[in-house]
Amino acid sequence: MGNSRGPKNPTKLVFSSLHKYASPRHFYHLSLSISPWLAWLASAMFGLGIVGGLVIAPSDYQQGDSFRIIYVHVPSAWMSLFIYVTMAAAAATALVWKIKLAEIAMRASAMLGASFTFLALVTGSIWGKPTWGTYWAWDARLTSELVLLFLYIGFIALQTAYSDRRVAARAGAVLILIGTVNIPIIHYSVEWWSSLHQGPTISKLDTPSIHIDMLIPLLVMASAFMTYYLAVMLTRMRCEILAYERNTNWVREFITARAHHS
Amino acid sequence: MSDFLHMGGYAFYVWSAYGITLMVLIGNIIVPRQAERAALAELELRLQRAKTGDT
Repeated sequence: MGNSRGPKNPTKLVFSSLHKYASPRHFYHLSLSISPWLAWLASAMFGLGIVGGLVIAPSDYQQGDSFRIIYVHVPSAWMSLFIYVTMAAAAATALVWKIKLAEIAMRASAMLGASFTFLALVTGSIWGKPTWGTYWAWDARLTSELVLLFLYIGFIALQTAYSDRRVAARAGAVLILIGTVNIPIIHYSVEWWSSLHQGPTISKLDTPSIHIDMLIPLLVMASAFMTYYLAVMLTRMRCEILAYERNTNWVREFITARAHHS
Repeated sequence: MSDFLHMGGYAFYVWSAYGITLMVLIGNIIVPRQAERAALAELELRLQRAKTGDT
């Protein structure tokens, strides 16, 4: 469809298919068919990860069963950073090429990013009590992660502050790009400053200092969190697309067709 | 089973961390789903109004 004057130049072809999938209309329909699969995949991986983490993984020789908090804490912390980087890439794309779908992806990710950052902080705090003897310390890792939460909250507040969502998206994109300096600070905080927080255990790929029976559930949980993020983000993006495109013909046609089906 | 729930004495910490995570994850499913349903319903209503307004 719509390929009647299909370009022969391969570069043009790439750009025309990019343009097609970056069109809110195509993305909307694509997301409707992908979403249920992502939801099932996320549920299955959550199930496996929970059983692996709470039942199969042996307890830690130092921390006992309190270490099992790792299976919700570390994936949340990873997602808090991953979503921010995703938003920063979307922000740059939105500012440079004015691509609507990039704005939409950025806006649809903010609440999830804030939620995972909140979870990383709260589960870390709960874990801190039995391991460090305190729920909170003004330490580099904890403080920079808290700054990340404020960046997300600032972005969300900015989105509600403007009546024009495209202006709001541009202002938010600038905030996100400026806040990117915080990301390497979070990552390297445990190396640059002496910290209560432990150093990396997983990313030393050649000699990871974690037992394989403990590591596998962690990787499964991390994939579950990632799939969950994609599934929820798609739902949020569909809401945004409907709001952005409410006055277009394709939305009117889609709504009419949908009303006839039900 | 009670051994499992006891979590080697760390029950409070482990279950509160998992409980809060579960609540936040479920909340993040419910809110966008309702928003999507509401957006679709509102657009449908607007379309019907426009139709009846025309004729």
